[in-house]
Amino acid sequence: MSGTSKAMAERVKLRVNGAETAVEADPASPLLGVLRETLGLTGSRFGCGAGLCGACFVLIDGHAVPSCDTPLWAAAGKEVTTVEGLGTPEHPHPLQQAFIDEQAMQCGYCVSGILMSAAALLRRNADPSEAEVREVLDRNLCRCGAHNRMVRAVLKAAREMGAA
Amino acid sequence: MSATTQQGKALPGSLAANPLLAQWLRFKPEGTVEVSPGKVEIGQGILTALTQIVADELDVEPARVKLKVASTAGSPNEGVTSGSLSVQQCGIALRHACAEARAMFLAAAAERLGVEAGTLAVEDGTIVGPENARTSYWELAGFVSLDVPASGKAAPKPAAARRHTGHSAARVDIPDKVFGRPRYIHDLKLPRMLHGRVLRPQARGAALVALNEEAARTVAGFVALARDGNFVGVLAETEAAAERCLALLRSGAEWRGGEEFPDEAKLTDWLKSQPVETKTVDSRETARAGSPAGRMRRQYSRPFIAHGSIAPSCALARWSGSGVHVWTHSQGIYNLRAELAAVLKLPLEEVVVEHAEGAGCYGHNGADDVALDAALLARAADGRPVRVLWTREDELTRAPFGAAMAVEIEAELDGEGEILRWRHELWSNGHAARPGRGSNPVLLAASELAEPFPRVVSTNPPLPAGGAERNAVPIYDLPAWDIVSHRLLVMPVRVSALRSLGAFANVFAIESFIDELAAERGEDPVAFRLRHLGNPRARAVLEAAAGRAGWGSRRGGEGTGYGVALARYKNMGAYCAVVAEVEGEEDIRVRRLVLAVDVGEVINPDGVKNQIEGGAIQATSWTLKEAVRFDRTRITSDNWEDYPILKFSEVPAVEVEILSRPEEPPMGAGEAAQGPVAGAIANAVFDALGVRVRSLPITRDNIIAAMELS
Ligand code: FES
Ligand code: FES
Repeated sequence: MSGTSKAMAERVKLRVNGAETAVEADPASPLLGVLRETLGLTGSRFGCGAGLCGACFVLIDGHAVPSCDTPLWAAAGKEVTTVEGLGTPEHPHPLQQAFIDEQAMQCGYCVSGILMSAAALLRRNADPSEAEVREVLDRNLCRCGAHNRMVRAVLKAAREMGAA
Repeated sequence: MSATTQQGKALPGSLAANPLLAQWLRFKPEGTVEVSPGKVEIGQGILTALTQIVADELDVEPARVKLKVASTAGSPNEGVTSGSLSVQQCGIALRHACAEARAMFLAAAAERLGVEAGTLAVEDGTIVGPENARTSYWELAGFVSLDVPASGKAAPKPAAARRHTGHSAARVDIPDKVFGRPRYIHDLKLPRMLHGRVLRPQARGAALVALNEEAARTVAGFVALARDGNFVGVLAETEAAAERCLALLRSGAEWRGGEEFPDEAKLTDWLKSQPVETKTVDSRETARAGSPAGRMRRQYSRPFIAHGSIAPSCALARWSGSGVHVWTHSQGIYNLRAELAAVLKLPLEEVVVEHAEGAGCYGHNGADDVALDAALLARAADGRPVRVLWTREDELTRAPFGAAMAVEIEAELDGEGEILRWRHELWSNGHAARPGRGSNPVLLAASELAEPFPRVVSTNPPLPAGGAERNAVPIYDLPAWDIVSHRLLVMPVRVSALRSLGAFANVFAIESFIDELAAERGEDPVAFRLRHLGNPRARAVLEAAAGRAGWGSRRGGEGTGYGVALARYKNMGAYCAVVAEVEGEEDIRVRRLVLAVDVGEVINPDGVKNQIEGGAIQATSWTLKEAVRFDRTRITSDNWEDYPILKFSEVPAVEVEILSRPEEPPMGAGEAAQGPVAGAIANAVFDALGVRVRSLPITRDNIIAAMELS
């Protein structure tokens, strides 16, 4: 093993799903790889590696961003939330519950990223219109054609959260 | 090799080829039923439907049904999960296997309890007799051997006695997916696993004439380089390192030769000028066909279409001793095994192929190719497991595409514009080049090795399923027809089976042409179709879709239009009719799709709806936006910007009505909507704009081109 690139690895502190952690990695490497490989958080998916499909979206300080396209250093010191941090089977996020209720997927590979986009939206806008939901989700691709179910689920979650 | 019942009738579904009951189900001591389907989950929800079927037939709660992952190390061989056949083949086999097992257990219970079998009932696996006599499947499991072939004697329950099938059970895989739990093959992590990446040329058959390995070898985490002829891959400790190595290899690689791509701007002409094998696939002649007073001829086309799964293809492989274990999201584990054994020159028993879920699968994509890549790279891994992931670019350029097609339809008409004779002629590559079906391996790397296997030109299975000619035979009662298929004998662009195969282009063409004929006569498109449609189930879906969409009271004009289309998938599967509502002048937007379907018995209504909705939305995407782009040397649509698909804000409202037929055999829903949706949209565009777009996709450019033509 050569030492040339090894020197680029650094200790980077992260806050992921509410927990402090530190990883040894090249700060320029994509956040997605660190989440999936180093931290074992495989809920964020790889789809394109170019910020064009949304499968890898996570929240950084509440904004949905492509983790495939975000260098590790840019996430350092910020609050990173992945789908695993959104909710659990015991305490599902209203979006997760709504996706179950609406059976809002086919293969589901796009779903983590879509949940994160929707979560960011609902933080900004508790009562979005259907058109607003669609517009926000335009950054996420779904090849199976489960779009309408997902939009219904997001609107349903918004209602539940409003009522709570 | 297919087993028969004692009366000599073939056993139903996949039971015919896999008659042993123990291959399908076992009662486990912990109070569960282990079910072993040979069909796999490809995002269509089959696991849930199978659970429902088993729960019904055995009278156990669905939670007790545990589905085993399909593997060549024990699962029944059910061929390929394709053609919308999983319920027909696997579901029906399981239904009968469970009915049979249940009867055997009831007989054993009757003996043990000293009562008549007819007095016994099953409640969640507990067998209950008169005066509270009780036993259970699990208590009796040691006494009843399921290691026997099915006899075909036990009849499944009548439709009215089923409690789970026919209802919308929640999908069993969804909780994992919303909580981001590991579920996909991409999430599998084996101890000491390495990451592999493969370097590929732009053109099919290009030769690697220069490769600079040095830079890649200096990357931290580099483990090994594997090269066999034109096949080159790299192994590294981490994904990031593997990707760095690949990028470095790529910049130092030089390729030469390879097949030239056709001229994209003249794709239809190209299709019609290649060497072909020509077949009349169907013809009909009746006395009604008189001499014509006129004729109409139109040409339709569709481009190459990419599968475009959201996940790039992925596979894992590990060698131990002389054999290899492969994890794959292939649709056909046994076929893949045969193919891997042939390429790796191993006896079949030395190859185990195990399924793991991938992202949505819409046909023969890169799943099988990447499995061979993984097996080849793992040879250089010293017994460590290797995970290979394709790049997005590979996925959009190297996986097989759906074939481009040109379809010409000509009708001879009488003085009233009624159809006397119909001729449907198509030009296309074959739509089938699946692994394990022919004598020659088709996996991508097989043609790249130092001792290469020849590159295979795809073929067409015969009708009624057909490949390019799938659904080329009209569903209408016409007096005479000739259906002719020209299969290309060259294949510079790699193609194989994509959802619905030729049905998409054929139904688009037929339904457009029928609409043109109706318009010529000034006749309502629904009425015109009904007048030529004897099949009562086809009529019923058409009437249902038209009724629900408010066809009779529609208001077109002002850039709004309505169109209708229908088909029976493969002319022997599900019926589907669609009404499309579109708006726009230059850029077409589909506002609403109303679909009515008849899939026979419905196992899971919401599952059927979900598949029809998904199919309709994907077909809308194909129809409005999609075309694989290329120049003479490479596929240029290698990312999502250059291969755009339908976005959330562009997705139409979709309504699905299911015509329930609980006594009819179940038929798959996955592919039924593709062709009719294209036809309905194209017809709605004509209604809105007065222009016939006969070349897909219906983009602004193609609309303008069509206007200039007319
Ligand atoms: S994988 Fe990050 S946007 Fe596609
Ligand atoms: S559900 Fe398969 S990609 Fe969205």
